[in-house]
Amino acid sequence: MVATVTSTKKAVRPGASGPGKNEHGFNGGDGGDRSGPDRASLRDRYRLGMWIALAAILMMFVAFTSAYIYRQGLAGDWQPIDLPGVLWISTGLLLASSFTMEKAKRALKGGYTPGFNRWISATVLLGIGFLFGQLAAWRGLAASGIYLASNPNSSFFYLLTGAHGLHLLGGLTALGFIVFGSMRSPAPVGVAGYPARVTASGPGAGRETIVEITAMYWHFMDGLWIYLFLLLLVWR
Amino acid sequence: MSDTATAHAVHHAPTGFIRKWVFSVDHKVIGIQYYFLALFSVLAGIVLSLLMRIRLAWPNEQWPLLAKIFPTGFEGGLMSPEFYLAMVTMHGTIMVFFVLTTAPQGGFGNYILPIQIGAADMAFPVLNMLSFWVTFLGLVALMAAFFVVGGAPIAGWTAYPPLSALGQIAGPGLGTGMDLWIISIALFCVASLLGALNFIATLINMRTKGLSMTRLPLTVWAWFTTAVLALLAFPVLLAGGILLLLDRNADTSFFIPAGLVVSDRIINHKGGSPLLWQHLFWFFGHPEVYIAILPGMGATSHILSTFARKPIFGYRAMVIAIFAIGLLGFFVWGHHMFVSGLNPFTALAFSVITLSIGVPSAVKTFNWLGTLWGARIQFTTAMLFALGFVSLFVAGGVTGLVLGQTSLDIQMHDTYFVVGHFHLIMGVAAIFGIFGATYFWFPKMFGRMMNESIGKLHFWITFLGVYAIFVPIHLAGITGQPRRYAQFTDYAYLEPTAGLNTFTSIAAIVTAAVQILFVVNLFWSMFKGKKAAENPWGATTLEWTIPSPPPHDNFGGHVPVVHHGPYEFSVPGAPKDYIMQNEPPEAVPAH
Ligand code: HEM
Ligand SMILES: [Cu+2]
Repeated sequence: MVATVTSTKKAVRPGASGPGKNEHGFNGGDGGDRSGPDRASLRDRYRLGMWIALAAILMMFVAFTSAYIYRQGLAGDWQPIDLPGVLWISTGLLLASSFTMEKAKRALKGGYTPGFNRWISATVLLGIGFLFGQLAAWRGLAASGIYLASNPNSSFFYLLTGAHGLHLLGGLTALGFIVFGSMRSPAPVGVAGYPARVTASGPGAGRETIVEITAMYWHFMDGLWIYLFLLLLVWR
Repeated sequence: MSDTATAHAVHHAPTGFIRKWVFSVDHKVIGIQYYFLALFSVLAGIVLSLLMRIRLAWPNEQWPLLAKIFPTGFEGGLMSPEFYLAMVTMHGTIMVFFVLTTAPQGGFGNYILPIQIGAADMAFPVLNMLSFWVTFLGLVALMAAFFVVGGAPIAGWTAYPPLSALGQIAGPGLGTGMDLWIISIALFCVASLLGALNFIATLINMRTKGLSMTRLPLTVWAWFTTAVLALLAFPVLLAGGILLLLDRNADTSFFIPAGLVVSDRIINHKGGSPLLWQHLFWFFGHPEVYIAILPGMGATSHILSTFARKPIFGYRAMVIAIFAIGLLGFFVWGHHMFVSGLNPFTALAFSVITLSIGVPSAVKTFNWLGTLWGARIQFTTAMLFALGFVSLFVAGGVTGLVLGQTSLDIQMHDTYFVVGHFHLIMGVAAIFGIFGATYFWFPKMFGRMMNESIGKLHFWITFLGVYAIFVPIHLAGITGQPRRYAQFTDYAYLEPTAGLNTFTSIAAIVTAAVQILFVVNLFWSMFKGKKAAENPWGATTLEWTIPSPPPHDNFGGHVPVVHHGPYEFSVPGAPKDYIMQNEPPEAVPAH
């Protein structure tokens, strides 16, 4: 029986006598096939992985949010804090960084290395700018005597901005690797692009895919911040 | 086939010991690592439970030897109540997280799922390695709590504030020990999330040709659903843990209410709500019990069908039931809070949804029975444990229907009835799932057979043993014996439970001792067992089409093609009483 299995591997073609739909159950995953490059499937896989990771991160902030609303409902000691004005600036910086990130992604697809480098570096700088803005907001609050433990609203303010900032820092680290990589090998990266890096566990994802999922993450962090900002602004 | 398969191998296994066995990215090695982590943990957890049982059975007995090992916990040879609570906490935490959440999913899921879907590895092998090692760090952090000043925490596996939030002042182990507990759980959350991500991506992205969703083995469905639950539940626990850590170390008041006086000191916190923690914790906590049990359900379905030599009864209904259980599981957390001052109408809603989980659970049970109906059953050890699983699931499920009703739970809450309920349905049933899976897949994983005679002996004593332990525990609970107490001799109304407690403890000691049979069988068979064939059970799924143990890249560089459903046993007109999933369609007459 075992031998049959191996030999029929070639004999059986899609649409052969078996129930035809069998072959279409194959959803484009690379299964056990280690020979082809399957960049497209790897791209799917990395994008999928990023979506799943974002779902988990979202879930954590949903938990924080429900704690926020619950805790505020207990009232008593909740004292609404005035949000530092610098948050508007950092918000602007982050929005701009999403724009440059998108530009960088497109530039990479078009194959322009200098353009790509410019946009991706701008994204990094804007991201750093955002974090400095957040730090400035913290310092501003602290200067007016509002600390983490002052009251529940301030606790949540520091918690949410801090948790978001840490996640953004993760995104910046990824961007840092990308910039570093593109500086190191400034050859044009186009559709032909770099060959997928081959590792023990299969071909790597390729530059475009890495940039693409980093962009997904970055936009998500942008959207998450807008949401948190609105929450802190409106739901006091 | 084994020679053709390996001849094609494109990827070569790493050769160095470190890359091959320690920091491996091979899902099979990682699965085994998870398995052994869980094995170590379960042995530790059992030792702790025996210490508790000894204390409960012989409340006045002195143990000078134990006093030497734990000088602070056993002052004068008698376990202090605080030390008892530390045992409760560490036992529960170890068992729930590092046994039941690791072995069924991280262990067997990791090893078997990629093979059953015809893939060469998980979608993200490096992430897979990371999730194991972060889990390992979490275990180290937890164990470290035994060795710090104040010892292990005493707040229970549920870590309810204010007790868990106040620090050393609230009791021994609530200083550094409690911080370590939270850090350990936070690490565990991260690791589980990485794992869940990997499982989901692997299933969606890496199924082989012909493996449509309706041809997935039920094991795969169970691991997948478990991963989805983990992905949605663990972030909430992580969020709760962060808030708790802040309350403890940064003076915030998320959970700590105003006006607390502890040890004659007024606590400088205000306005927080212990109930907030309960909501966050149980939003995670109830799905967590399904994270523990669903893989066991998958393995049970798989094993029952294989050894009944019959297709699983109602495949689609089984898949829908798994999803229904997983989904409903997110809306019942309030049943852990019936006596916490929940609005009675809210409690009623939680109660109704809780009882409604009985429906998909019953679907599963009846389908298992339907699978067995009229079958010529092969009573292998794996099959015995799968049958034991069904028995325990029913026994524990029935008491769940009792506790799910608010009026009854007010009486039963925090008694040993609850202890009995969750041990049967979550603890022991899931452990039986692990045992069944071990006896079933051991030949594939280690290339040798386990000893069936010892296995059956192990099964029978364990099966009778767990009922001998947990039936009296239910009775003690109905009498009103509260959980998390070290001693009951001061309460007249509990005098009748003294005999029950002694009986339970003796049963526990015997049952625990019998596990030595299992451990010996496991290690002996690993090196000395009879060599296993490719498909010793006459099973149908893809892991049985490759050598035992499988080569580094599982299918030796080729893509298996699936032509059949997962449970085609005793198909009329087929040459054998099973059709493997990758057998060519024309080899089998129409059916
Ligand atoms: C040899 C088998 C076992 C015995 C004899 C045993 C015994 C005990 C005892 C005596 C307690 C303390 C009850 C109390 O004072 O409140 C307890 C608690 C607990 N056990 Fe077990 N246990 C066993 C296996 C397991 C397993 C397999 C699990 C996995 C889920 C488990 C999970 C728990 C949990 C979650 C608690 C509650 C801890 C807490 O209250 O925080 N146990 N067990
Ligand atoms: Cu529950």
